[in-house]
Amino acid sequence: MDSTNPLFRMESISKRYGGVRALEKAELTVHAGRVHAILGENGAGKSTLIKIMAGVVAPDEGRMLLDGREVSFADPAAANAAGIVCVFQELSLIPELSVADNIVVSHPPTRFGMIDRRAQRRIAEDALQRAGGGDIHPSTPVRDLPLSRRQIVEIAKALARKPRVLILDEATSALSASDVESIFGVIRRLRDEGVALLYISHRMHEITELADVCTVFRNGRNVETYEAGSKTDEQVVELMIGREYHNVFPPKPVRPEAAKPLLEVRNLTWAPRLNGVSLDVSAGEIVGLGGLDGQGQRELLLALFGVLRGTSGDIFVDGQAVSINSPRQAKDDKIGMALIPEDRKTEGLMLPMAVRDNLSFAAMSLFSRGGIIDRGAEQKAIDEMIRLLAIKTDGIAVPAGSLSGGNQQKVVIAKWLMRKPRIILLNDPTRGIDVGTKQEIYQLLRQLADNGAAIILYSTDYDELIGCCDKVLVMYDGAVKRTLTGAGITEKALIASALNIDSDTQGAGAMRPAAQ
Amino acid sequence: MSEWRFWFNGQRGTLLALAIFIAMFAIYLFNHPAIVNNGFTVQGVGNVLQTAANKGVLLALLAIAQTFVVLTAGIDLSVGMIFVLCNVVASFVLVNNLGAAWGMNLGPVFGPLVGVLIVVLVGVACGAVNGAIVIFGRLQPIVATIATSAVFFGIALWMRPQPGATPDFAKALGKFMLSKFYGVIPASMVFLLILVVLMWIPFRRSVLGRATYAVGSSEPAAYMSGMPIRPAKFLAYVWSGFFSGLGGLYITFVTSSGQADSAAAGTYTLNSIAAVVLGGVSLFGGRGSAIGAIFGALAFLTIKDLMFVLNVDPLYQPLLQGVILLIAVSIGSARLFQVRNRLELFG
Repeated sequence: MDSTNPLFRMESISKRYGGVRALEKAELTVHAGRVHAILGENGAGKSTLIKIMAGVVAPDEGRMLLDGREVSFADPAAANAAGIVCVFQELSLIPELSVADNIVVSHPPTRFGMIDRRAQRRIAEDALQRAGGGDIHPSTPVRDLPLSRRQIVEIAKALARKPRVLILDEATSALSASDVESIFGVIRRLRDEGVALLYISHRMHEITELADVCTVFRNGRNVETYEAGSKTDEQVVELMIGREYHNVFPPKPVRPEAAKPLLEVRNLTWAPRLNGVSLDVSAGEIVGLGGLDGQGQRELLLALFGVLRGTSGDIFVDGQAVSINSPRQAKDDKIGMALIPEDRKTEGLMLPMAVRDNLSFAAMSLFSRGGIIDRGAEQKAIDEMIRLLAIKTDGIAVPAGSLSGGNQQKVVIAKWLMRKPRIILLNDPTRGIDVGTKQEIYQLLRQLADNGAAIILYSTDYDELIGCCDKVLVMYDGAVKRTLTGAGITEKALIASALNIDSDTQGAGAMRPAAQ
Repeated sequence: MSEWRFWFNGQRGTLLALAIFIAMFAIYLFNHPAIVNNGFTVQGVGNVLQTAANKGVLLALLAIAQTFVVLTAGIDLSVGMIFVLCNVVASFVLVNNLGAAWGMNLGPVFGPLVGVLIVVLVGVACGAVNGAIVIFGRLQPIVATIATSAVFFGIALWMRPQPGATPDFAKALGKFMLSKFYGVIPASMVFLLILVVLMWIPFRRSVLGRATYAVGSSEPAAYMSGMPIRPAKFLAYVWSGFFSGLGGLYITFVTSSGQADSAAAGTYTLNSIAAVVLGGVSLFGGRGSAIGAIFGALAFLTIKDLMFVLNVDPLYQPLLQGVILLIAVSIGSARLFQVRNRLELFG
């Protein structure tokens, strides 16, 4: 830890996109052997900073120094060659290639000019082992892996490049608690080996646990750098949003026992991923789905929304048995269901199309007659939604892809709210979204529930389940293992039941799950 | 065990194309008049194979050409025109004494070989033009290759307004190409096999080859991973031109003449796409192999020949051919019936 000789320095870096100032004279100093956390809301300039470091975009002004020598990167390959490797939030894996192919993708081992598959296999196995993915077979095509496993492969790929500066941009956002734990182990080991680590996450407790140094960004500038642990969470969040911050979660109203649930599910099965799920959701209630990642939560939402084939079990809406065989049926007024999907970029939005079109796709039938769209009615509905969700956009004709992550997610939510759904399913809606937008989404959910919607919220963030939900169903192995209500929703209870251990007999040792 | 499963899954498209081809070719062979009348004689089988191979190799070459570009998630509508242009060029340069006009005589062996080289270089140049336009001009491959194909055809027509060949055409090389070894093995097939071993397998195992797949599968991810995207794409078009050029060379061996035939160019372009799809190469890019495309091309032609040996009324042949092609292509997507998560239907 040599504080006089930084490994990497960025000096007065500025970057504009059109009229928007993404970075304004930003500074960053990175030392070897330290975990440096970067905090800030979405749009604060973190991603731009990272992209400049990793050679994805070039800065308009400013300079970068590696080992005291000025450097500039024309493309990601140049940055990699200099030892700066980034694990991107937008995954950079190639779906049709195998895990091993992906891990060595930029510099495969060669013999006589051809790729040496045996050496490649060795490197891949070694890197997977180090990243905590020893269970992933190197020959699996990446497209067959679930999101959380892909993220492990992404990290393994970065490790295989022997980085000097490793940037982790929301690298744990899709991981379960036990995977995060093993990644933390990897990060600490790299730090001890003298690698400089830049860690970007919206999960405060991860930063508290991991970081040595923190830098807060706001509006394209670095507002403060401090030693980890020298500020309280409250202070940090205030630095990030630049205003006083309290109570992210809206208060939960005390509700009388509902007479009749709006949505009843009995014994829903889709072997082997769902094994007899039963649940009730009343109007005005927010029900959370908890548990480790990949215990059937996503499949449950997809099954309810009619995406899965060959499900069995009964679904009742308003006491009437219904069968839902496609999203089209699910969104029909008789059922009135909406699903905010996990991957907004592929399942939620048509990125190149205008914000307007994206907003009105799901609700087309509401303002069209005989197949002709009533532009006036559409405009009115869109204006209302943009106001309701405070979507920040340069007008509704710009492509959805040009919005920031948080605003994209708002568009996805707004698009479904236009139909005024009675049952709203949300699949991890705040993944990779800044604190401010999260807060708005929580308030919106509560407001929708108060107006009579039944909400099922799947989240990988325990704080969210605790703060938002009236009831949490903890899933394990495709079934609801435990139902937590009211004050019983605590982090300890969530983790204990997620691991399918009885929290009463286990002590504090159950707080941190070991390897899966 | 599980290693084999991964391999099998990866090669499913290619293996399916092989299976379809073998099934069709078996039916064809057993119904061929030469076999029906004389039984399985070495000469009979040899002749049937030779005829099928000589026809098949041409489409196979164009299918390989198409494969390279389709793997990058592009499409090359100029393979047919490059093929025609190279045919025309070959009808000028494939002569025994190349360079006679300049007072040089390269002799009966070296002369035609230099001619072959020139034809191939023309193909490579055409592919390079396509690649440059797609990469540096940032045009959609479909638009770029429609435009260049018109240019290539224009040059071909300008060079040879009427079909024909130079009087001094090197016939011996063609005769050798169309012969058979040991009475059964068609020389053209051996030629194709050598190409696959020398070109495709090293390509598949090279860094640029992998980058070609990566670009087709997910270009942003390939860029973020620091892969050589532009060289890979450029090379895909160059290879496409190279193999189209070989196609043009080959047709010259068969016909001993050159013709700026736009109808043939169009048909071969479309057939190359059909063959590629039949061969399990995904039009979305990133999946498939040239070996699959070869079997796709052979299967495609066997469908045609089947009509002939089964004595189908010529009036109904195109209809029936179309139906069989549809069925064959559908087999590849039959797995969609087993999909339990409807979202996978769109993958």
